[in-house]
Order: sequence, then structure tokens, then C-alpha cells
Amino acid sequence: MVVKVISPGLSTSVQDLGRPGHYHVGIPEGGGMDRFATRIANLLVGNDPGAAVLEATFMGPELEFTQSAVIAITGGELPPKLNGEERPTWEGFPVKAGDRLAFGFLKGGARAYLAVSGGIDVPVVLGSRSTYILGALGGHQGRTLKASDELPVGEGSGKAGLSLPANLRRARNSLAELRMLPGMYWHRITEAAGNRFFEETWKVAPEADRIGYRFRGGTPLEFVEREQPFGAGSDPSNIVDACYPYGSVQVPSGTEPIVLHRDAVSGGGYMMLGVVISADMDLIAQLQPHTPARFVPVTLEDALAARTEQRAALARAEEHLAG
Amino acid sequence: MSIRFNFGGDEHIFGEVSEEMSLTSFFTGLSMTNALRTAGIRGVTEICPANASFQIRFNPDIVKPQDLLSELKSMEEAASKADPVLKTRIIELPVYFQDPWTRETCLRFRERHQDPSSTDLEYSARINGCATVEEFIAAYSGQPWFVSMVGFVAGLPFLYQMVERKKQIQAPKYLRPRTDTPKLTIGHGGCFAAIYSVRGAGGYQMYGITPAPIYDPTRKVRYLSDDMCLFKPGDIVKFKAIGRDDYDATLEEIEANRWQPTVRECTFSLKDFNSDIYGTNTKLMELIDGR
Repeated sequence: MVVKVISPGLSTSVQDLGRPGHYHVGIPEGGGMDRFATRIANLLVGNDPGAAVLEATFMGPELEFTQSAVIAITGGELPPKLNGEERPTWEGFPVKAGDRLAFGFLKGGARAYLAVSGGIDVPVVLGSRSTYILGALGGHQGRTLKASDELPVGEGSGKAGLSLPANLRRARNSLAELRMLPGMYWHRITEAAGNRFFEETWKVAPEADRIGYRFRGGTPLEFVEREQPFGAGSDPSNIVDACYPYGSVQVPSGTEPIVLHRDAVSGGGYMMLGVVISADMDLIAQLQPHTPARFVPVTLEDALAARTEQRAALARAEEHLAG
Repeated sequence: MSIRFNFGGDEHIFGEVSEEMSLTSFFTGLSMTNALRTAGIRGVTEICPANASFQIRFNPDIVKPQDLLSELKSMEEAASKADPVLKTRIIELPVYFQDPWTRETCLRFRERHQDPSSTDLEYSARINGCATVEEFIAAYSGQPWFVSMVGFVAGLPFLYQMVERKKQIQAPKYLRPRTDTPKLTIGHGGCFAAIYSVRGAGGYQMYGITPAPIYDPTRKVRYLSDDMCLFKPGDIVKFKAIGRDDYDATLEEIEANRWQPTVRECTFSLKDFNSDIYGTNTKLMELIDGR
């Protein structure tokens, strides 16, 4: 069976849970930016949680099915319509040959995940079906979807009717609070600049994609004066090019922080103020441009506790779906 | 010298060997990452050497962050004392300097450059004290380079020239980054050369282009069928300046999938290098010609 792409949406790509292990040659882990939504979409249609799904950004695609299957849409609130009739999100429902799936306007969040029973069966490259767009690697021909693409789907056995209630999903607030562990090159900025960085409310900039999220609206950073080290470059925000952690917060020229996400550039020459904790990466994936956001300093112990809590929330959802 | 360790969130440890670039710092970082790879610690998912630093990614559900940090610190003494001898390879890469494509791109983004009235090559030659562009290219391609980091995007090498610091070529990045750089451009920023593995944005000065693919996600290029990225940290690269005719001929061979770069196994000793830089380099470069 194949899924036919009638129209691709704004930026829709095949993603699974990613390909760790190649960051040292610049190939990022990738995978669904919202990993919780990626896993749940799969479980709702009877797939392994790491099967490949479609990640649709801000706007949904229009698709046609060529065989019966069960599908589910999770993540951002992008209302599905099957042959023009509304369907629920966070719930598996059946489709049959010739059915057309379209979406209404985005009501919340930023990215929706569409799982099909059997999973999107594009070739596995370096252990994953995820699309790394910058490197033209994996997914469907290494790129976002285009009209008239045909996506192969594996054999599935899911039954319709599973759903995840709202209290088992992550709540969304009007102000995003991104917990981060200060560190890395934190010592490069003055104490006053550091305090201000956490006090001020930032806004998600339009430059927000799989590589990273840019924020603006805060005061430019003041740097501690120094003679730049050999090889670092002349701007006070420059360092000798180093690796960038996932979630790291770099501030080129001290003006607009960028938080790197699943398709991160793996390194470069900008100082980082610290790293957003792993438990808040999914939250970033669902931020729309112009959303207000604060950075909240936490300790490593806080970060690990948040990680444990996140795992527990996933376990509760999995338990519910397992009946 | 003591490594500055730092937790990058709950999944990374970042180690800065030194703030400034040097081959010694690079080697310490490489020794650390090699030792960690050999140790095979469960829960370590990514080991990334960089120019004068390195980064480890781990799963804190499997290995406790503090335990991994202690492990790394216990490796530090051995890594900084290790006799830095590296079994590696030297790769010869043909480069067409002053090519029409980077020149066209360079002119298209002139208003973003420090000196809009010169080309990137003219500007870089001048600020590095070379009388002519030809003299600059001779310096660029005359001595080999170390791949001191691979990254930014897939397969992109950062290269550090194997000469003493006062002879290091330095150039600032563009004032504002370009939105376009031809694929396989040889660029330079700070003290590093880079080869753009894919077309895209960039801020490095542009000097030339290589006909040789260095990243192939489809693995069709014969010498990239196993590893889709040509370069690894620790590789040594020698640029060979070529003209238009050679460029076209090589490209034709590549398109027929008959071409591959000259690659020779070699051993590099930091001690030997520091006591005789140009003698060591000459011996390495002789390997390319099979002497």
C-alpha cells in the first residue's frame, strides 16, 4: 500500500526516533521533534513506537490512501478531516482505499504527527528512516514531501478506537518555560547580563525549524572583556569552533539566542550559555513563532528529576494504551 | 594543562582542553575521545572530538552523569601524557583556486564583506602579508592540514594547517553570512579551512572548489560507498592546486565513477613534528607521490 501526497503542507517529512551515533561526522540524531507525540501516534495504530511517521509543521498535508489502514494524529492541534468530515486527534481511526485526509487550521502547538498502521516504509539509512533535510539523507528522497509523492507503508495490524485522554498529554501554557542548565561558556557574560537573560521574556522568532529555534526581544548580552584566544575569531561571542549539544543555547553576537534541536548543526564558533534539559525538548517542538518564552535556570539534579517525571508520564500513557 | 569539564544539560559532557587552538590541544582531545571509545562504557551514545575540545553524549538513565565525569577525569592524566603518535592517513585533494563559481558567489554577496572592493582571495592575501594571490595560494596548498573536527553539517571538515603559529593563515568571517555557498567550496574563517560538503549558507572566505565529492548520502561515489563522509578527525589533507583543464578532466572521471583521491597510510608523531615541522611535512607529502 502507498499513501499518495496530494499537497504537501508547509514542511512535512518522514521521521522516526532518529539515528544516534553519527554526530561526530556532523550527522544529527534527527527524528520527530516531539518524541512523545511520535511514540504515541505509533502506539495508537498498533505500531512499534519507533516506526516512521509524518511530521507536519504549522500546516497539514492532503493525502490519499490506497488501502484500508488505521491512522492517528497527535502533537499540535491540527484538526483532521477525512473526506471532509472531522475526525479526532490522539485517537486511532480507520481509513479505506480512496479516502482523502486533509487538515483544518492549526489550533495549538506547531507540529502534528501522523502514524499509519504498518509505518511509513521508506529505506532505513544509518539505522533510521528519519529525513535529515540539510544533508539530503534518509526519509523520502532526503527531502520534505512534494505533491504526487507516493509513500510506501508496511504491513500493519492495528485496530481503530484507541485514544489518549487529555490528562495524559503534556499541558500547554501560554508562556513557555524552558528549563536550562547554565554552563558551557556562561563565564563569558557579565553577572548582570546573566541575571537579565533569565528575567526577561523572549519571543519565538520566525526562524524556528528542525535545526533550531531562535528567540528575540531580550537585551543584548554584555561580555566579560578578554583578548580573544588564537583561532576563535574576533567577535566576543566567538569561540574556537566546538561541538554543540542538542538543546544548547548559543547567542551569536550576543543578540538572539538559538536553541538547537533534533537536526542541530553539530558544531561551530559561537559561545553557548548552557543547555535546555532533555525533558523540555518536546515542548520547544510545539512552540509557534511569537510565543512568549522564559529561560529558567535549573540544576543537574532538577534536570534528572524532570527526566524521571517525563519517563513516568510516558509510562502512564503507554500503560493506558496497553489497556 | 587541565581540561575544563562541564555538563551540557542532562545528556552531554563538554570538555574544553584549551580556549585557544593548537595541535597539542587537538591531540589531547583526540586521545581522550579515543580512550573513551576503547573503554566502551555502556550508555555513551556519541563521542565527538573537536578542535580544542570534545563532547560526549550519554543516556543518564544508563550511566550516572557524575560516574561518567569521574571516569573521564581519570583518563585525563594518561591522555595528556600519552606520546601523541597517531596512525592515520594523508589524502590529496585537488583544488581549483580562483574558480569562476566561488568568484561569482563572492561578487554576489560583496556588500556583506569587510572589503567590498576586493575578492575574498585578494583580501585574504593582503591581510596575511602575501604580495600576490598566487603567493597566498602557494602557502595554502604548499603545506598539509590536519582535520581537527568534522561537523556543522554532514561530513564538513575543519582543517588546521601544519605550520607554526606565526605562519597560520587567518581571516575573519563575512560581516553577515551569505545565504549561498557552492557545494565543495574551500573556505576559511579564523585559523580554519573548511570544505562545504553541501550547498548552503556560510560565512567563510571562499578561495576555490574541489571536484571531489566529500559527502554522498546515496553512497554511489565509489570511494564513499562504505562511509558516506570522506573525512575523519585526525586525517591529514594536502591540497593540490589544479587549473580549469585538470578540474574538468577530474570531474569527468568522477562522473564516470572512475576517480578516487590518493590516500596513503601514515604515522604522525607530534614530538617529531614539533622538532622539525617542515621535515616532517615533506616526508608526509612524499608518501603521496609514492616515494
